[in-house]
Amino acid sequence: MNNSDLLLQMKDLKTYFFLDEGTVKAVDGADLEIKACSTLGVVGESGCGKSVAARSIMRIVAKGGRIVNGEIMFHQRLRDPETGSRSSNLVDVLDLAALNPHGEKIRSIRGAEISMVFQEPMTSLSPVHTIGNQIGEVVSLHQKLDSKQAREKAIDMLDRVGMPLPQRTIDRYPHELSGGMRQRAMIAMALSCHPSLLIADEPTTALDVTTEAQILTLMRQLQEELGMSIMFITHNLGVIAQMADRVAVMYLGKVVEDASVEDLFYKPLHPYTQALLQSIPRLGAKKDRNQRLASIRGSVPDPYNLPRGCPFHPRCARRLDICDKEEPPLVKVDTGHQVRCVLYK
Amino acid sequence: MLGYVLRRIAIMIPTLIVISIITFIIIQLPPGDFLSSYAASLRAQGEVIDEAEIRVMRERYGLNQPIYVQYGKWIKGIVTRGDWGQSMSLQRPVKDLIWQRMTLSMVLSVVSLLVGWFIAIPLGVYSATHQYSPLDYIVTFISFMGIGTPSFLLGLVVMFVAMNYMGLNVGGLFSDQFILAPWSWAKVVDLLKHLWIPVSILAFNGTAGGLRTTRANLLDELNKPYVETAYAKGLTERRVIWKYPVRVALNPFFSTVGWELANLISGATLLSIVLNLQTEGPMLLNALTAQDMYLAGSFLFLLSVMTVVGTLLSDILLAWVDPRIRMT
Repeated sequence: MNNSDLLLQMKDLKTYFFLDEGTVKAVDGADLEIKACSTLGVVGESGCGKSVAARSIMRIVAKGGRIVNGEIMFHQRLRDPETGSRSSNLVDVLDLAALNPHGEKIRSIRGAEISMVFQEPMTSLSPVHTIGNQIGEVVSLHQKLDSKQAREKAIDMLDRVGMPLPQRTIDRYPHELSGGMRQRAMIAMALSCHPSLLIADEPTTALDVTTEAQILTLMRQLQEELGMSIMFITHNLGVIAQMADRVAVMYLGKVVEDASVEDLFYKPLHPYTQALLQSIPRLGAKKDRNQRLASIRGSVPDPYNLPRGCPFHPRCARRLDICDKEEPPLVKVDTGHQVRCVLYK
Repeated sequence: MLGYVLRRIAIMIPTLIVISIITFIIIQLPPGDFLSSYAASLRAQGEVIDEAEIRVMRERYGLNQPIYVQYGKWIKGIVTRGDWGQSMSLQRPVKDLIWQRMTLSMVLSVVSLLVGWFIAIPLGVYSATHQYSPLDYIVTFISFMGIGTPSFLLGLVVMFVAMNYMGLNVGGLFSDQFILAPWSWAKVVDLLKHLWIPVSILAFNGTAGGLRTTRANLLDELNKPYVETAYAKGLTERRVIWKYPVRVALNPFFSTVGWELANLISGATLLSIVLNLQTEGPMLLNALTAQDMYLAGSFLFLLSVMTVVGTLLSDILLAWVDPRIRMT
């Protein structure tokens, strides 16, 4: 792989939460790679650590959580001081995991180089500030514009995300907008400084299906226009198929399979991935009306007491004797297809 | 918005009428009237009272008329002439007595409220953002002391300490030479010199409650997703906290300011008695025990008016700070 394509590389990241009840290993040795101008889908059940991994990149892990190991190498495309556009030649590599989470460096990256769209458009915007105030704030923070220019920029962004009547919407409060419009405003806010990476944490989960389709189309279109990468976190495999170039499947804080989107859907290797794919209801697959949809037996283990060996072994249909003893290594099966399972050693 | 305010003001009129009736009934509820308690206190001092004389006085004050006639006369006087009736125990018109007392009470309460907020909000924010830190525990401990200590007790302690160890005379709101003097710059300065003691005592109590409110609300708000969004923008921690969650956490201050003021005024009565302050509380208490009905009624009525107006003001204020509240 050409190294200049690389935008972000996460190596053996461990983010633990030290709580009174015990230690939660939310992310426990995750490896990810995001290439420039591509989309990485991250899938997994609730509690698999996908959101915490994303927040570790932004260094906004909630209280009690800490990165204890690993590195997050961010290949920052420096901006040309005159034109303000990014050049692909000037690359500054820095380890986000080593930065002070309250420091100036990470704050100059948040919102400007890496920005984030959250799951709940209802609650992710401040209820007592106008949309324009909230978008203009990011713009004037990172781009040193005065309030009038920031406002124009905000209107321009609202226009780009397909907000009707941006001149008027900019002075609206979030509760005056529908869920889809709020998520558009969130996206406008996240993209207002043209970041090179957009982290979208289940951005459409709270929306209805038609709105979801519109938002997904919008994100793809903006990705092409602005030339950015997207880290798309979801538990919806249908959305992954539509959005992602590559997919990382996470289970209990680890990436258990990492493949191109085609390989993942046509040649899934990890038993967990296979089980996940079987649990999707398919249109037109009417074999027997009474046949039950396949589900993964058992449930996600207690986060305070993770199983020894492979974390998936208690629920795995293809378990071997060794699985509860030895932690499986990440096996490279094919070019660009890795799996963490002893079956492929 | 304007229509809403006008409608609210229109609703206030029947509310105030009902309040005035209830006030009047309440002060008439104790058995007897001003003259019977006046006669009782004279008799207790060993004086002989002529029943006929009492009867004449009762006639003169109109106390032998039915309640509704007395009420009608009182209200008519207030509405048409601004005449709040005659204080029977002090032998002076009520309107000459209440305004100075009410003004001093207002000054004391508003200043205490503002000082209390000024201390409570930053401390509450610190306490919430540094939850379970040593300073949070200290602040929490002191604030519980503040809630638990009655202001009159604190007043006694402060007086004792000031008298015995600092040789200060801390009672009252004015020095002796200013009590009866007309208002002047020197009198205002003198007032400020005396005011800080009751203000700090009341603010200590008020701060404690405000601090707990700020801390609890902010702890709720800090976990809201919009705070995370603000961090993700790259804002500094201080900017995030003060612009977003604190703004929402302070709403209860605006929504309670209306009755908080009336509360402070009547809550300061004991402290005013202890510190010998020329405020509304002690005079109202005396009027009630002496069954000086017009004086007591006027105070109660004014306090009610303040509560009603204050509630309207705080509703308008809340709508102004929180756009989610709609005025319909």
